[in-house]
Amino acid sequence: MSLVYAGVLSHAPGITGRAGLVKNVEKRDEFYAALDRQRQEIEASGAQALMVMAAEHFANFFMNNMPAFCIGIGEKYSGPIEDPAWLKIDKAEVPGAPDLSRRLAQDILQTVDVAYAEEWKFDHGIMVPLHFLTPKFDLPVIPVNINCQGPPLTPLHRAWAFGEAVRRAADAVPEKIAVVGTGGISHWPATPDSGKINEAWDRDFLDRLTRFDKDALLSYSDEETYRDAGQGGFEIRTYIAAAAAAGGPCDVQFFTSELPIFAVSCTVARFEISPRNQ
Amino acid sequence: MSLYYLQKFLYELNRDEDTQAAFRKDPGDVLDKYELTPEERRALEEGDIGLLYVLGVNGQILMHYAAFLGIEWFDYLEKMRAGVSMHGPVRAGIYAMTGGGDSFTPEGTTKDKGK
Repeated sequence: MSLVYAGVLSHAPGITGRAGLVKNVEKRDEFYAALDRQRQEIEASGAQALMVMAAEHFANFFMNNMPAFCIGIGEKYSGPIEDPAWLKIDKAEVPGAPDLSRRLAQDILQTVDVAYAEEWKFDHGIMVPLHFLTPKFDLPVIPVNINCQGPPLTPLHRAWAFGEAVRRAADAVPEKIAVVGTGGISHWPATPDSGKINEAWDRDFLDRLTRFDKDALLSYSDEETYRDAGQGGFEIRTYIAAAAAAGGPCDVQFFTSELPIFAVSCTVARFEISPRNQ
Repeated sequence: MSLYYLQKFLYELNRDEDTQAAFRKDPGDVLDKYELTPEERRALEEGDIGLLYVLGVNGQILMHYAAFLGIEWFDYLEKMRAGVSMHGPVRAGIYAMTGGGDSFTPEGTTKDKGK
């Protein structure tokens, strides 16, 4: 198999941008250490490319032409679009994997109508994960977007189908590929409710993820998610797609709701990559 | 209601340095290209974060505009709360069900803005 790593992590801009405002410094540093272990695990997997399944925030896709799914096939990308002083990540050029991503896109298209893009400006939703997982920006990246922001949103069961398609495509190429899904669980980012976290909802979601309970993961309605988990909760699509790609349960390596200045509970998890059974 | 174009302007401003330079130089000239209500246009010209939030601008777009204007994080949150207090609940968009919000960050409950 060529999917060598699958995991999830949080990506909120405060994780880097507001690091200096954190009061619970010990917990923050535990989180950073968990992210660094994730980097080490990806490096140890021998991954030749990192696919980031993200929920981008109107950096490339707007309601004039919003794809349910998009995959980057460019030679290079740039980011962040945000003011580097605000995000505390310098502007950088990030290498793509054009040949590999085109082959993946062609295979994914057999079952899911994924859009593709040769240009992509990364926002914090990808730059924060890369800042921790490939801090020198020297690992080729394949960006993926799932529409978690502009309703009508990508249905959860389609996010699952997309993850399965990614897995099938990854297994058909010789390169070793790591996949991470990145999003919040419950959160109300960039609103007056920023910092609100529904910890019980988050733990219940992670329990479903841990058990690889497909039916339970796909049972949320958008109305329920908005009510209980805020509009940031829509980003569970990225975790669901990563779970489907892995095909197995996950180990939650880090979780805390004690860093509300980051406007999200902070999560790091790794999936067991199960043999394909289709 | 032209929330779509209001957000589209901010989307293009947020991601394009040429638009940012043009807007700093002559905001009116840039805004002429968008179908905006007088209230929306005024909110943009005045950098009125609170009103823009009430008009329904998605926070993932508004947050970047606030950073562009040099507004500190806790001031940004307070401006949205003040907007709801002054103009009433969010009128459109994804936050139409969201209220004025409380402070959930202990770091933000002090007057120390962490500067």
